[in-house]
Amino acid sequence: MEKMTEEQVRTIANMLRKRSLWMIHYCTGCGAMELPPTMTSRYDMERFGMSPYVTPRQCDILLVTGYLNVKTLRRLITVYEQMLDPKYVIGFGSCTLNGGVYWDSYAVIKRLDRYIPVDVYIAGCMPRPEAVMSAFKHLMELIDSGKANGYKLYKKNLAYYKENQRKVLG
Amino acid sequence: MVIEKVLMAVGAPLIAFAIGLSFIMLKRKVVPRIQRRYGPPVIQPIYDVLKLLLKEENISHGIIFSLGPIIAVAGSILAVFFIPMGGWNMLSGSADLIALLYIMAIGSLGMALGAGDSANPNASIGISRALTLMFGYDLPLVIIVISVALYYNTTSLPDIIAAQAHGNWTAWALPLAAIVGFIVVYGALGEHPFDIITAPHEVATGPMVEYGGKHLGLLMINHAFHIYLEIALFVDLFLGGGSNLLEFYVKMFVVFFIMIFFDSVFPRFRIDDAVRFYWKWPAIIALVNLVIVLVR
Repeated sequence: MEKMTEEQVRTIANMLRKRSLWMIHYCTGCGAMELPPTMTSRYDMERFGMSPYVTPRQCDILLVTGYLNVKTLRRLITVYEQMLDPKYVIGFGSCTLNGGVYWDSYAVIKRLDRYIPVDVYIAGCMPRPEAVMSAFKHLMELIDSGKANGYKLYKKNLAYYKENQRKVLG
Repeated sequence: MVIEKVLMAVGAPLIAFAIGLSFIMLKRKVVPRIQRRYGPPVIQPIYDVLKLLLKEENISHGIIFSLGPIIAVAGSILAVFFIPMGGWNMLSGSADLIALLYIMAIGSLGMALGAGDSANPNASIGISRALTLMFGYDLPLVIIVISVALYYNTTSLPDIIAAQAHGNWTAWALPLAAIVGFIVVYGALGEHPFDIITAPHEVATGPMVEYGGKHLGLLMINHAFHIYLEIALFVDLFLGGGSNLLEFYVKMFVVFFIMIFFDSVFPRFRIDDAVRFYWKWPAIIALVNLVIVLVR
């Protein structure tokens, strides 16, 4: 009986979480350029209860918009660790998948999920606002079915992530 | 009789919260329409608060940090009992208008106390801005409260409402005081151009910068109470309160609806500009109003 109620609480919590996703306004690369049209009247992501907030403590999603150089990665990890559980990460654009056009750069990291766990990727350079919205919908489905548990992976495999971070950050 | 009192004690904060929440919903729907957007679902604020209360992790920077939001909500609930709510005079018979002005400050001070414990520079700047803005709008507010009290020769809110019965509102008798009261309440709610305290682009939501999870949820609940308190005080002082809850709600609704339209078109003041504004025009109009009341 007790297990049952815990399950129900989790279901209700997931239902609320997917309807109220607050996004931290931390822009790392050129991908941030696609967010103003997504937020404003044309595509209006507030329809789904998503709105930009300003501090890591208040937010649920971290959007990594574009390439990440090593200096920015240090700040990004600080921001990610300051956010409160449950938290989700969206990798935005080709740069977070495989480095994109910066594939041979010495200053840019190639794969984001070696450093922090990523829940949803958006391919493309640049992804259009439609692609961004579809990724948000996909994240909502993952949250609803309880599969968006990157923050649990980060706690479980902390040694792996810290080791990879140490290799690039020194 | 006892049952009625218990019902009031439980019901009044709930009704106040529901009214404040309905105004937040209204604002989140009307502002997008003015900006030609569709806007979130109507019950989005409820989703937000419940999600924050159900967060798995809550960070605290100290005892006062955790107590701050609780002090704020408790102070706001206390103030609800001192404002006549559409025919219900709960504790307002036993305290006067001047005591109420002090009680209403507890909510803001609780938030300032908690935010100060977080030791974040943005929070410190936010608190100093909040207290400076309060310093700015308190001068015209005190002058108009004195002039209303002199006009009715009482400082008891139920007596002031009783004197305004049958449409003899203070807003018709003292229109200048009503205008200043509107500007003061508008600034106290922190709408544009007076959203200096929580300006997200300057001080990252000011006092709330380190708050997250259930603490932020409590602060959002406090915001609903804050909206109710400020507008209820304006309606009781200038628009004759209300003989029943529906009349009271309709008057509050109209006042808040006008405020939303002002809120949508203004940019933001600097803090020194805001204080200069309050100590210039509202203060001068309030003083003229005081002279009119005295020589009447």
